[in-house]
Formats: sequence, structure tokens, C-alpha cells
Amino acid sequence: MHYGGKIIIGIVIFVGLLLSPFVFNVGKAYKQPELKLPANEKKCVESLEFMRTKHMQLLNEWRDWALRDGKRVYVNHEGKEFEISLQNTCMKCHKSKADFCDKCHNDAGVSPYCWDCHIQPEGLK
Amino acid sequence: MNALYSLVFVFILVLIPLFGVGAAHLNTIFGICLPMTAIGIFLVFSVVKIVRWGRSPVPFRIPTTAGQQLSYDPELFKQNKWDNPSNGIQTVIRMVLEVCAFRTLFRNTSTSLHETKNGPVVAFSSSKWLWGFALLFHYSFLIIVLRHLRLFLEPIPFFVHGLEFIDGILQIGAPVMYMSDVLIVVGLLFLLARRLADAKVRYISLVTDYFPLFLILSVALSGIWMRYYAKVDVMAIKELTMGLVTMHPHIPAGIDVSFYIHVFLVSILLMYFPFSKLMHMPGVFMSPTRNMPNDNRFHHHENPWNPDIKPLSYEAYEKDFGPAMAEAGLPLDNPDNAKAPEEA
Repeated sequence: MHYGGKIIIGIVIFVGLLLSPFVFNVGKAYKQPELKLPANEKKCVESLEFMRTKHMQLLNEWRDWALRDGKRVYVNHEGKEFEISLQNTCMKCHKSKADFCDKCHNDAGVSPYCWDCHIQPEGLK
Repeated sequence: MNALYSLVFVFILVLIPLFGVGAAHLNTIFGICLPMTAIGIFLVFSVVKIVRWGRSPVPFRIPTTAGQQLSYDPELFKQNKWDNPSNGIQTVIRMVLEVCAFRTLFRNTSTSLHETKNGPVVAFSSSKWLWGFALLFHYSFLIIVLRHLRLFLEPIPFFVHGLEFIDGILQIGAPVMYMSDVLIVVGLLFLLARRLADAKVRYISLVTDYFPLFLILSVALSGIWMRYYAKVDVMAIKELTMGLVTMHPHIPAGIDVSFYIHVFLVSILLMYFPFSKLMHMPGVFMSPTRNMPNDNRFHHHENPWNPDIKPLSYEAYEKDFGPAMAEAGLPLDNPDNAKAPEEA
């Protein structure tokens, strides 16, 4: 093989980059983070499945409705009414950003900009 | 027709996981077996192909002269170091610029006929469209691939957070819109439109040109569908993907079928990759007109596959053929050579 050394170095880099996730995770096991659920409330605004996948969409709509349209009442799929408010409705039960929001957001690698305006319920450090 | 065949084929590919997972519930096959097989095929056959390229003979250096080579008087004729390198470092710079900035595409020209009083005239003009959209597509794809590391590593490395932040800095919608998601589709649509709109390019376009475009477009669109419309359960997906890379494969419940479609299309892309034109990814590093310095004039080039031929002096030649030369009456420098060597 002419220029074999350089080609083999290239192949090693290529294979190494591709297999790096496997190498970094050798011997590790991954489990979804366990959330600290509210003690005195069993039902969220919408169903568990809805909240797991679409809470960001709901929060985004709430922000628009409350701050741009002045609409402050949300009626869920069961017909129950809620006040549209992150601080007063969501955070009434989910009392800690670190124990609830951050758990999944850290693992998913996302940092929503809710807290650019809102103050997290456990206060600022 | 080639474009239509490719499009129909990609539609059929989308239907396979749609029914395979949606109706037949073959989650393990589509979520674990197929992606792992695809990574294996991608890796093994890419390496096999690169090694096969590496073993082919390397010719005399081909100095594609896109600029002034190192001349006898560098003051008078200034060398264009990055286009016509004469040593290793300059060649590395040429390669880096080629790989990262697509300088060959930058030189693309378009040819057109202009009617004048004296008949038609051929005109050449600079054409940067292909270069621009190729850059857009390739860099979007790179950023998207790197962003996906969030699903394969725990803890997530800092640069993935940085990319996620910059990519979503417009803060449009929730989950935030990534610029790379939009730009990759724009880039792909241009590369597709270019093949369809220009009659000359359309004439030389084959199924193997259209199929990768449609396949990557389907990968991008299924990912966009998953993120912005179907809104899949990311934590369950991370459990699945981490299961793959920790070698503890496991299918969590509650993953939408759109995820399996996305993974299936990516697996097809990975398996198709080593056998397709997409191998220009490793191939660009082995372009013989780009990766060798133009130093033919001051380095002796030994053809690497030549047999080992020893030089033969006239004295030795006369020794070998002395008797025959003497018989033919040819003059000999050394009269002793006329006698046949004594038999042992």
C-alpha cells in the first residue's frame, strides 16, 4: 500500500470517531431520570402521555395566550378549567426546577428559555 | 424518469417501517437489529473500500496547475502556494481548504452562447450556486450529526450544548426551531432542482444521483416531522439509543412510529453509503490531483511498481556477450572477453 501509513491513520480516526460513543459508554448502563412527582396532586393539566411529549407546545401556547391575547383560562380535554400561569399553576405542584424540569432537560441536552423571564420556584442562587 | 424511480423507491422504503412497526409491531427488528447491522455494514465496507483504493498504484504526481508553480525565479513569478503547492505543508493547506471550503466547486463556471453580429460567441461566467448550496447542505448535515450525540452520550459533551444553543438561537416555537434543519432542506432542494432544471445536468443524472438526494431528504423530513409535528418522547428514545451504545439493547414503550421510520431511513442510508457515490466523503482525501505536491521538477520519482533492475555497465555487458561479439567481428575493449568463460 503506497502512502499506507497516512491512509491507516485516516482509517483509525474515521473508525475511532464512529465508535467513540460505544467506547465512552463501555460498562455503563442508562436509565431514564426519575422525577420527583408532586405529593398531593395526581393529575396534571393534561394526560401523562400528552405532558411527556407535548408540554413544551402547551407552555408555548400558554405564553402566547396569556401575554399576547390576554386569555387566562385554559380548558383541558376533560373540560376542567385551569389558570394559564407557569408560576401559579405549573409550579404550584412542581415546586422545584432542579428536581423536576432539569432532570430530563439535562439528559436530553436542551435548555428552554423559560427562565430568561421567570424565576425558578426554589429561588435564584 | 430516473428521479421518479428514486422518489417512488424512497416512498416504498418509508412504507416498510410504517407497516413493520405500526401494524406488525416488529419494534426490536426496526429499533435494534437493523441499526446495529447498518453501522456494521457501514464501517466494514467503508474500510474495505478505502483499503482497496489505498492498494491501487499511485501514478506520477499529477500537477493540476490552478496557479503558478514554484518557478526558477520566485521573485518574478510568484508561486501560488495553496493552488500549486511544492511541499507537504502547502499541500495540507490545499487539502484542508478543499475539504472544508470546497474550492473545486468554487471554480465552477457556466457556459452560454451569446448572439453577436458576427454569429454566436461562447461565454464563460463564474457560477457559485452549486458551491454555496453544497456548503449549506454539508455543514447543516455535519451540525445535525453532531447534535445527535446528545442521544448517544451521557453526560453530554459541552460542544453539543453549544451547537444546540447556537442552532436554536432564533428561539422560534417550542421545541425551538433549529436553523440547520431548515437549511439542510433548502440545500437539498437546490441540489435536486439543479439536476432537474438544467437539461445538461439532467441528461447525465442517474438513479444513483437522485436516490441519495431523496433518501437524505426523507431522513431530514422524517426527523423534522418527529421533532416539530409528531412530538415524540425524547427520553424514551434516549433510553433506546443509549441501550444501543451501551450494548444493553432494550425497547422502551411509548415511542411513536415516526421514530422507527427515521431510524429505518438512516439505517438504509448507512448501508447504502459504502456502495454509492456518497463515498466521496473518504474519497476526497484520496484525490490524486489534490493530495500530492507539485515537486516533479526537483524530486526524482521512482515508479513504485517497477521491478528492481540493477544498472549494467559496458564492462559487464562485454563480459556477458564477448564470445558472440568476437564471432561477429565487433571490437572488444578487453580481448580476454573473446574467450568463452570456462565451464565449471
